[in-house]
Amino acid sequence: MTAPADVTVALQDKFPAATLRPSGDHPALNLPVAETVAALKYLRDEFAYDFLVDVTAIDNGVDASPRFTVVWHVYSTTGHGYVRIAADCANDENPVAPTVSHIWPTANWHERETYDLLGVKFENHPDLRRILMWDGYPYHPLRKDFPLAGIQTPLPDLEVADLTKASVKPAPMMGGPFVASPGEMNMTDAEPRAKDESWTERREKPASE
Amino acid sequence: MVSANNELAYNTKIEGDIVVTRADAVINWLRSSSVWPMPMGLACCAIELMGVAASRFDIARFGAEVFRFSPRQADCMIVAGTVTYKMAPHVRRIYDQMAEPKWVIAMGACASSGGMYRSYATLQGVDQIVPVDVYISGCPPRPEALLDALIKLQSKIKKEPSANTLLKSA
Repeated sequence: MTAPADVTVALQDKFPAATLRPSGDHPALNLPVAETVAALKYLRDEFAYDFLVDVTAIDNGVDASPRFTVVWHVYSTTGHGYVRIAADCANDENPVAPTVSHIWPTANWHERETYDLLGVKFENHPDLRRILMWDGYPYHPLRKDFPLAGIQTPLPDLEVADLTKASVKPAPMMGGPFVASPGEMNMTDAEPRAKDESWTERREKPASE
Repeated sequence: MVSANNELAYNTKIEGDIVVTRADAVINWLRSSSVWPMPMGLACCAIELMGVAASRFDIARFGAEVFRFSPRQADCMIVAGTVTYKMAPHVRRIYDQMAEPKWVIAMGACASSGGMYRSYATLQGVDQIVPVDVYISGCPPRPEALLDALIKLQSKIKKEPSANTLLKSA
């Protein structure tokens, strides 16, 4: 059983380019993208970090450079510790990272999700396609420049779209996501409720004078 | 001496083996008493749907025991769960494969209005793509709420002008 401090020291010894990443909870390291697969394999083989908890990415902002940081979380079921590995993607327009699906098969879907929602491509991934949105969807919804409610697009199936006249509409935010009232008030008034119900109105209401 | 007919019920010896009624009454009674659901069970509401089908809440009492997963053999599509935009065209296609008469129950918040998912990925209510007859609120709705919806659907079916519709379509 390795205490977390030993793991970060051992990783920094083996991969000199690793730097400690400021973290509130678990030991975290920044690595160059090319070394991440080797580091994760090393963690799995030498330190028994056998469980890949998550593969995801961070969009640092439209103007930030590097824009995308891919993050891996691994857990040791025997040593009960987590380690976070983060790597910045080289290219801001076409972010690429190596796959770990040959080490942990679960990474297959996590990487598909990261590709779908942020646009980060994974090299040597056996089946890189969208997982939540449909294959021809033009946007990456979790990027910072994508609005919270969504963008109007036609439905994936054109026949059904013609038949039902439905489309992918921006969802009704109704005064904001989960609007709550501040301060001490009557519980009924304080409950989160829609401040703006215009999306559900079937007829235009006359303007109040 | 002629005796008055004190009998309250229908007596075959007097009236014969013929009952005279409206076609609508018979057709609607038949249709409402045997609504065979097609479960479009997409998420958590499907678990409550299974609970309704099981012995404690027993949807079989209402004639809806036979859950036909084939749209060709079912009457009512119960959309139980979140419909994503990716799934929406397939829900519509399955609805189109059902034969008339058909009804739709939107079970739960996600099917009725998109529920808690005010997002780019979730269809904001299955009524955007199929015509819904009964909406059930809840996340998930109690099994009794689904049974209440089924009873409301049965009352709705009993009021339909079925004979006219059949004659017009013939």
